[in-house]
Amino acid sequence: MIEKRRKERIDRGIKACTDDIFCLSSLREISYLLVPRILPVVLVFFLVLVVSLYWKKVLVITFVMTIMAISWDFLASCGLISLGHALFFAMGAYSAGAMNYYLGLPVYVTLPAATLLGGVISSMLVFPALRLRGIYFSVVTLIIPLMLMRVIEATKIIGGTEGISALSPLPGLASSIAISMTAMWVVLFSLRRFITSDYGLIFVALLDNDRAVEASGLNIVWFKIQAIFIGSSICAFCGAFMTHYYMSVGMSAFALDLSIFPVAATVVGGMGTLAGPLLGALILGPLSEALRGFGTFRIVFYAALLVVFIVGLPEGLFHYVRRKYEQIERWVEVK
Amino acid sequence: MEYLNVQGITKTFGGIMAVYDVSFSVDKGSLVGIIGPNGSGKTTLVNVITGFLKPDRGTVLFNGQNITGLRASRITNLGIGRTFQMVKPFYRLPAFKNLVVPLSSPRVKRMGEHYGDKDSTSLDILEDIGFERDSSVPYKPASVLPHGYLKRLEMGRVVALQSELVIFDELFSGLSLAEVASISPLIERLFEVGKTVIMIEHRLKELFRIASKVIVMDLGKKIAEGSPKDIMQDEQVKKAYLGVELKR
Repeated sequence: MIEKRRKERIDRGIKACTDDIFCLSSLREISYLLVPRILPVVLVFFLVLVVSLYWKKVLVITFVMTIMAISWDFLASCGLISLGHALFFAMGAYSAGAMNYYLGLPVYVTLPAATLLGGVISSMLVFPALRLRGIYFSVVTLIIPLMLMRVIEATKIIGGTEGISALSPLPGLASSIAISMTAMWVVLFSLRRFITSDYGLIFVALLDNDRAVEASGLNIVWFKIQAIFIGSSICAFCGAFMTHYYMSVGMSAFALDLSIFPVAATVVGGMGTLAGPLLGALILGPLSEALRGFGTFRIVFYAALLVVFIVGLPEGLFHYVRRKYEQIERWVEVK
Repeated sequence: MEYLNVQGITKTFGGIMAVYDVSFSVDKGSLVGIIGPNGSGKTTLVNVITGFLKPDRGTVLFNGQNITGLRASRITNLGIGRTFQMVKPFYRLPAFKNLVVPLSSPRVKRMGEHYGDKDSTSLDILEDIGFERDSSVPYKPASVLPHGYLKRLEMGRVVALQSELVIFDELFSGLSLAEVASISPLIERLFEVGKTVIMIEHRLKELFRIASKVIVMDLGKKIAEGSPKDIMQDEQVKKAYLGVELKR
């Protein structure tokens, strides 16, 4: 039978009202715009306050992984699909560890320094792959961390298989939570602002068509390096933070799950929005922890849930929620 | 003085000779057409001139400067603008944001002729090339625009870049007669303000009306060059390429 009706989507009145300066016309319009932005910040803040010590620690790791996921989505928005985010993480982790262990620098120096140094080293490592596009670039990024891991194992540099331990800790759990949570929101909101700025548009344009960017008089390699540097610095910060959080750094910084988690979080949350991966990571991180009770079956349930998400909501959770928030849907008869 | 001088350009892909020993020159302020059957190497030639491909042999001189093998972005900044045969808009961006990208180029910054923010400059340019300003068209994402508008958007890029030499790679392909008729004046206007134009075209009628010189290519070689009138009379060209078109 032929479908006699179709779904119609119309922007809500209030969505149209808040598209321009008239969003300031009343409290209702202002709150329509502000609530989705402020509510998550407040909710996460109170969530951290009320949960037990164990879950506080889980949340710290979740925040860090969320930052990784946002960084992944940023690079994906620039057409640089990375399958080796562990590389960027490890560069930051080892930079911080080495600076702290060999040079004796304190945490408040190593954190920012490792963020920059990790970004620089990562950019240099990925640079030869930048003329590649699509899956070719992805495969190279997948290989580099696996390769470096074996290099460290074979040459026994910077700690070899044992890694470096007895590093300076972060000053207490409360400050760890504060640093990771603040970093997460800062990364999210600043990147979201950045990619809608005139300068950021060039990065978004890279995904659609890098030849047209080149024909616009802009050197695409230079812009891709900038994108990689921004994305990898953010991950390097995560690595440096986790190094000091665990007070040690080892070859697990190159682990494949560090590369896979951002992809999974982005797929669940929705690509290209930066807020999507945040949503996805905030769900997947604690979920993975909550499933620990299932023992070995944990991965099975986790994977099954991922499949359900991908099949049920291929556009991603964030896109779905935003559509419901901004539009009304109704069935109309097809004449 | 010769504005663009192409000398002995050769480009091969594996064993395929895409362009073989092509030389020609373009005078400042002229409108030159390049024609030829499919696969005759026209687009490859454009890609070599604009830096998207590096030639195996030969040199390209622009305004007396050797630009052979420079990065495409460098060449664009020197003043050669091009459109693509396959339109290459930024699909996810609204039409007017598409032009913000070229407006961010070093060339536009250096020329410093645009005032105000890039969005309003971009809307001005779009209005000039036929996007109705008061409609929603300039604000729609490029992915939903019809082909005619995307071709205009390609043109918008070279207008935004204020390119001195503009190369249109089959601008009219895929357009209806009405759309061609509405875009032609835009090209003539570029020409009138002193820009140099090179057009690769299959629509010979439209091209011959406005071109001052036509270059004919076949199988990677240049086989004829001259005024549209001479080209139409050229036996070799007539026989091999324009046969049907000239029967009337």
